[in-house]
Amino acid sequence: MSETNSSAATAPSPTSPRAIELIGINKRFGPVHANKDINLSVGQGSIHGIIGENGAGKSTLMSIIYGFYQADSGEIRIKGQPITIKDSQAAISAGIGMVHQHFMLVENFSVLENIILGAEGGAVLAGALAKARKDLKHLEEEYQLDVDPDAIIEDLPVGLQQRVEILKALYRGADILILDEPTGVLTPAEADHLFRILEQLKAQGKTIILITHKLREIMAITDTVSVMRRGEMVATVTTAETSLAELAELMVGRNVLLNVEKTPATPGDVLLEVEDLTVRDDRGVIMVDQVSLDVRAGEIVGIAGVAGNGQSELLEAISGIYPALSGRVLLKGEPIHVTGDADPALLREKGMAHVPEDRHHMGLVLPFEENENAILGYQVREPFVKGPFLDLGAMRRDAAEKIEKYDIRPPNPRLKTGNFSGGNQQKIVLAREMEQNPDVLIIGQPTRGVDIGAIEFIHKRIVEMRDAGKAILLVSVELDEIRSLADRVLVMFAGRVVGECTPDTPEGEIGMLMAGIERAEAAE
Amino acid sequence: MKNELPRWVDMGLIPLLNVTAAFLVSGLVVLFIGENPILAIQEMIFGALGYGEGFGFTLYYTTNFIFTGLAVAVAFHAGLFNIGGEGQAYIAGLGVALVCLSLGATFPWWLTFPVAIVGAGVFGAAWALIPAWLQAKRGSHIVITTIMFNFIAASLMVYLLVNVLKVPGSMEPATARFAAGGTLPYLRDMIPAFGFSPANVSIFWALACCVFVYILIWRTRLGYEMRTFGFSQSAAVYAGISPTKIIVVTMMISGALAGMMALNEVMGQAQKLQDNFVAGYGFVGIAVALMGRSHPVGIVLAALLFGILYQGGAELAFAMPAISRDMIVVIQGLVILFAGALEHMFRPSLIKLFSRREPALAPAE
Amino acid sequence: MKLKLFAAVAAAAMMATSAFAADFKPALIFDMGGKFDKSFNESAYNGAEKFKADTGIEYAEFEVTNASQREQAIRNFARRGHSPIIVMGFQNAEPLGTVAPQFPETEFAIIDMVVDLPNVRSVVFNEHEGSYLVGLLAGMKSETGTVGFVGGMDVPLIRKFACGYVQGVKAADAEAKVIQNMTGETPAAWNDPVKGGEITKAQIDGGADVVYAAAGGTGVGVLQKAADEGKFSIGVDSNQNYLHPGSVLTSMVKRVDVAVYNAFLDAKEGKFETGFNALGLEADGVGWALDDNNADLVSDEMKAAVEKAKAEIIAGDIAVHDYMSSDSCPVM
Repeated sequence: MSETNSSAATAPSPTSPRAIELIGINKRFGPVHANKDINLSVGQGSIHGIIGENGAGKSTLMSIIYGFYQADSGEIRIKGQPITIKDSQAAISAGIGMVHQHFMLVENFSVLENIILGAEGGAVLAGALAKARKDLKHLEEEYQLDVDPDAIIEDLPVGLQQRVEILKALYRGADILILDEPTGVLTPAEADHLFRILEQLKAQGKTIILITHKLREIMAITDTVSVMRRGEMVATVTTAETSLAELAELMVGRNVLLNVEKTPATPGDVLLEVEDLTVRDDRGVIMVDQVSLDVRAGEIVGIAGVAGNGQSELLEAISGIYPALSGRVLLKGEPIHVTGDADPALLREKGMAHVPEDRHHMGLVLPFEENENAILGYQVREPFVKGPFLDLGAMRRDAAEKIEKYDIRPPNPRLKTGNFSGGNQQKIVLAREMEQNPDVLIIGQPTRGVDIGAIEFIHKRIVEMRDAGKAILLVSVELDEIRSLADRVLVMFAGRVVGECTPDTPEGEIGMLMAGIERAEAAE
Repeated sequence: MKNELPRWVDMGLIPLLNVTAAFLVSGLVVLFIGENPILAIQEMIFGALGYGEGFGFTLYYTTNFIFTGLAVAVAFHAGLFNIGGEGQAYIAGLGVALVCLSLGATFPWWLTFPVAIVGAGVFGAAWALIPAWLQAKRGSHIVITTIMFNFIAASLMVYLLVNVLKVPGSMEPATARFAAGGTLPYLRDMIPAFGFSPANVSIFWALACCVFVYILIWRTRLGYEMRTFGFSQSAAVYAGISPTKIIVVTMMISGALAGMMALNEVMGQAQKLQDNFVAGYGFVGIAVALMGRSHPVGIVLAALLFGILYQGGAELAFAMPAISRDMIVVIQGLVILFAGALEHMFRPSLIKLFSRREPALAPAE
Repeated sequence: MKLKLFAAVAAAAMMATSAFAADFKPALIFDMGGKFDKSFNESAYNGAEKFKADTGIEYAEFEVTNASQREQAIRNFARRGHSPIIVMGFQNAEPLGTVAPQFPETEFAIIDMVVDLPNVRSVVFNEHEGSYLVGLLAGMKSETGTVGFVGGMDVPLIRKFACGYVQGVKAADAEAKVIQNMTGETPAAWNDPVKGGEITKAQIDGGADVVYAAAGGTGVGVLQKAADEGKFSIGVDSNQNYLHPGSVLTSMVKRVDVAVYNAFLDAKEGKFETGFNALGLEADGVGWALDDNNADLVSDEMKAAVEKAKAEIIAGDIAVHDYMSSDSCPVM
């Protein structure tokens, strides 16, 4: 199946007229090659899906099409004509419309006001509004998009708000409509409705590009589909000729296998127990749905899953940062308070350490000196403080020791943390959390944005911690990492643990669980 | 984080450039109204620094600005924008006055002073506590609530001064003059060269507060937690730092520092509590903290600059009738504009200049 | 050697400054309201400008921006040999009390306050008497039996206005109701015409048909709103009848300009008298304004009544209570 890679640039039906073509698009952000020689060709009046994991480069590519970024090299053609898109204004006039994942609507404006926003055409609104009302009515009839033009956005359910975004794009004359993760915020019924609208638009000759990581949607609605992985377009296939399983494997892909040498685990007592944990986020959406799991001393439990399926919320609830709605967490057999005012400081005291997913906003204070970050969370402990005062000498000595032990570079405890590279920043966090000798270690995305050399070091340290009898809960969106580190793998999808497997389970099988496909279904 | 400048550029060169630019533009304005800008600046500098009494006035203004600047800076380190220094100082004046009125007649000043410090701190902190609590518990934005509390403080104080504290038969909304034990010694009592200037020993307390703030922010656990919260609230929560505690404690310290200003004005200068004695010093503290980069040393320097602007400006208005007090406000406003709002004007080109000279210290992210 | 000489000359020059008082150098210190406050300070400014126009003599001036500058300004002018030095407003009393004894040769005058020193002339106005007269007119003019009073900042001086006004109203109609509001508690209340207008509207809605504005620049809004609503208003400090002819019933004039003008002129002519100088109805320091703009509004009966009251106050037959003598008002 991996042979599909070679057909990456081949368009499935080259005979139909091309709505948009991308040829050899490259985009770098510093050392990160976000888009590598991307070729893409979408036929007029078709629905084209782009799938890939978070960070695969989908959003960057769409931003280039919509003029938010400029490609370093490559060409964009609209209906065969080469075109330069230097900003979103140019994209709009080229007939490209975008429906963002997070709606770009003014919440306290009416539907009509939002639709003419940016296209007011003159200082006096009244005329523009009357004209827009007429045009809008026409559009709504044509595409069966029923929205009350005078409704205020914040009063509308998200499904209707999305419809307003689509109408906004159509009002500006979009022929090519890009939808970025459109169903992420929708209920299943709303999603079905959206698909009917998309079918309708297609029937009217519009071209639609659908970005998603949900394979079912791709199978249900697209004509053709491209798969992106690590900045590359690895395959473009006709939907009718592919299968869920093939797409799943293409999406997860094969990585350079990082060999982590480790002996089989010798699990001891259960140190961390999670029972029926449910977390509702600020928007009121259930993100973690009755998750139960346990982690024993001397084992690494890995949680695999596509980003956004509740792993982050699970970690935050267990570590006391975000209050859970219901459920229990037991640390070394002792219940800890996770539903009300949880207290991360107390958890640290009881022997839990936490390497957060987001080191920039949570794990580190970037403007701090390195030695200051080396005590974050432990600013209450000896020897870093004496009474109410910080012991700067002790802090710097301790930081210097950790710098040496973890080979953090440059070896300067006084340097501002933001000046360290991603890998070294991550080592600062790991050193801090591991050197406090916790019993339970929660680790989120240990190697995100970390260079290869550091990855190896970090993996080694995690295994050493396990061998020292710590209970480790590891969350990563890198399936390879989970497979090479974990002793047991749990797969999360849509807030639930949908399966448990051994690390040597074939990638494709785990990949399908990650995509929300039941094992029985996949076997078909 | 890549755009870092050497410390001396950040703390020294940029403020200097900003002030120079402000004076150049002010010079144009002076020129426009038909006066000689060189003479104007000479007059200003001489009036503020050139003779003892003028320098005394400069120090007296500086004292106010150190206190209000420190107040803004402390809150700023915790990511809070306390623009209620005006009201906090006003209410603190009440605390100082109550202490001075009740103890001044019986005790010498050096016994009254520590109690007055406590009075100023407690009253100022209490006035900051309510907005802090509303921010921490109800999410009411502290910028809105502190500025509203300035108005409430003004109303409350005028009510008290007119109806409760006023000397019967007097027209002035002010308390009686404090007895000798309720007043601070003037610097002129020790150094006659200070003429009739109202500079008093509270300036030493202001400098002590600078040391206190330095230790608090960079040498204590509380300061560490405040800075963590100020830079990244999510990191603070991760580190087990209670946002409520930090907001409330920080604002109370900030309010207490703003309140210390009342020592200089009420116990030092006026020797009685009078209406509207804060006269905008609380707001100038914002500019002082911005210019001083929220560092005590920077704040002392910025406070001195604003002291010079205030005293030099008054002398200028005497010497050049065409330059009205509104012109002085324009010049002060230009300094605030260049030091605060246009702070980033010179920064990008300096960063370019210095990054060319010194290759980046560390690899970029 | 040269330096020493220079120092000596400089010292001599410093000491000689007061001797130069002979070449007449008057000075005027405005209080925080600023010289263009459309009221008290501006009235003083007008008096000084008139003096300049009449005599061709320049005067020095300074606008105070914070409390500590009051003393500083007086001393600076005195040091530079200015005399007479006129300071505006009661809040300058204490600083003047400190500085005046240090410059016994310099002549000082303070407006609106008393400083009992041998070289100070204190000019105060009997605002309660003038307010009594306009209160009497308001009480007679009112058809609803309800009149209004809009004060500026809530300070005793304004309560003095209010108290005299209420006494006048009650003298005309013992049953009359007076709605009183202060514009605010900060100095901003002296210059907030919008709020003044709102308060006036509320008072008119409450039945008031004559509104007296004792609120500095805020009064402009009071007078405007009363004119818009077809009601009557009373101006203050200077004659404001011209602002809305047919609506401004009269103005309680307080001749600050005359006080300043006279102080300058007396000093120039060498007959500057110090001491207490209360300008009341008798000296025309306060009064009510009648001109073409309001002639039709004031009936002969009203004219007669107010002139009679004026005469009786001057004669001492009517004692108008001064709020500031007791910090209270018997009729409020």
